[in-house]
Amino acid sequence: MSVSADLDWTALSVCIFFFALVTVMGFGASRWQKGTADHAHLDEWGLGGRNFGTWITWFLVGGDFYTAYTVIAVPAQVYAIGAQGFFALPYTIVVYPIVFAIMPRLWAFAQRHGHVTAADVVYGRYGSRGLELAVAITGLLATMPYIALQLVGMEVVIKALGLTGELPLIAAFAILALYTYSAGLRAPALIAFVKDIMIYIVVLVAVAFIPYKLGGYGAVFDAAGQAFAQKPPTPPSGLVLKASQYWPYATLALGSALAAFMYPHTLTGIFASKSANTIRKNAILLPAYTLLLGLIALLGYMAHAAGVKPATPNDTVPTLFRTLFPGWFAGFAFAAIAIGALVPAAVMSIGAANLFTRNVWKAYVNPGVTHAGEAQVAKITSLLVKLGALLFILFAPVQYALDLQLLGGLWILQTFPSVVFGLFFNWFRAPALLLGWAVGFFGGSVIAYMDGLKPLHTVVIGGASYTVYVGLLAVLANILVAAIANVALRATGTGTARTAQGM
Amino acid sequence: MWVLLLLPFIGLLWVPFYNVATPALFGFPFFYWYQLAWVPVTALLTWIVYRSAGHGDEP
Repeated sequence: MSVSADLDWTALSVCIFFFALVTVMGFGASRWQKGTADHAHLDEWGLGGRNFGTWITWFLVGGDFYTAYTVIAVPAQVYAIGAQGFFALPYTIVVYPIVFAIMPRLWAFAQRHGHVTAADVVYGRYGSRGLELAVAITGLLATMPYIALQLVGMEVVIKALGLTGELPLIAAFAILALYTYSAGLRAPALIAFVKDIMIYIVVLVAVAFIPYKLGGYGAVFDAAGQAFAQKPPTPPSGLVLKASQYWPYATLALGSALAAFMYPHTLTGIFASKSANTIRKNAILLPAYTLLLGLIALLGYMAHAAGVKPATPNDTVPTLFRTLFPGWFAGFAFAAIAIGALVPAAVMSIGAANLFTRNVWKAYVNPGVTHAGEAQVAKITSLLVKLGALLFILFAPVQYALDLQLLGGLWILQTFPSVVFGLFFNWFRAPALLLGWAVGFFGGSVIAYMDGLKPLHTVVIGGASYTVYVGLLAVLANILVAAIANVALRATGTGTARTAQGM
Repeated sequence: MWVLLLLPFIGLLWVPFYNVATPALFGFPFFYWYQLAWVPVTALLTWIVYRSAGHGDEP
């Protein structure tokens, strides 16, 4: 590790203090919220005993869904292209009616049969090892680049503190890996309290103090509008959308909302809840974070108003904070973002470990594995998953992680029909859903690849062309193919109802 | 009552309806404050559905 000339000792000290605090909490968390069932069991390590009430769930899911990378990337996009980057707002609003309608049923089914993962639920519902494996592999593939992105978020902050080299990142991640290993989901759940409160403080101070310094919100929007007016027409940028951006905006919002709670890390928060009503209440209370996200997004415009010139869009927020805040508060903000990366990274590695343990190890390697054995396999898997993400970030170009995360959103969306439809009606058969998944997964990937790994694809219908989110397109094809295949299966009498567990 | 949950989708996914700068509110162009306003409105609508379904009495 080397130290650059613009090292800010005050900011660094504050940052290290908070990091040390959450490290102690992480290791202490194994004793927190522990009931009478203290034996080694995947329900304990991987789901915190399935006993998280409304407030713990609120902090955990809030800390896990609104990741550190969001805090960096959303303002970066808004800084660079304006209104289009704001699609994260409608996305994180319409996601909650979806959660309210679906997730209590998913929770109840999982709870009744002891399911730990989405792939467990699918196997329970359809009794198909093939469909279970498809859902499990998709979850694992989609999660890995997402963990890597949390590291990108952390790297940005470490750089802003004036530290260079890979050692700080490796150290932070090693600590994270160890306390996740020992405390399981309880560690990020406890740390989420600290992280979320810190982020709330940072954002509330930022959105009050920065516009006050810059002459009010009117002046902030005016400055951003003028900056966009001087940009070339492509890529389109501005304070409102161009007509060509309507479809991309709406379909990115809807597609992302449908995908959001199919990820292993968000589902882990759902499965760990105490009751179905815990989830319903959270669908009402979690939008508070969306309000926060909307304000975070506006930091991109504040950067224009402050005349900040970040080296890359991702440096927008750190540069803005370093310019406008005193060192100690910038350090506090950077600590909030860095800790904000730890919570989702921990939950993601736990979600991935649960999937591997239940749907690969137990299903194919050792069907007779004990509860204690499951917990042990999951703990080791969580270490390996994090190590993989770290190596990826250290040795592969960052753009790979971004590209894979984009594909990951498309991939995880393809599990929606298999995971959700069976909770509401008993019409689809596993082979049809598997065929639909394959079409959506591979077809969508090929289209995204041919478009140069862009999230948008232009389709021409009756002479008019529409540019839409490729993931949404893929899941429509997925559902269509599954429905047609299902009609064919039922007509020929093959693939008859094979429902292992009823609702 | 469940139909209330469709309103945020209509209000937010029909983009041309709100893609304008005016009227501004507290310096926020319409595009921004309209979408931000949907956050509490959606929470309220969900709460109404929650109450009407009788979930408020469950643990």
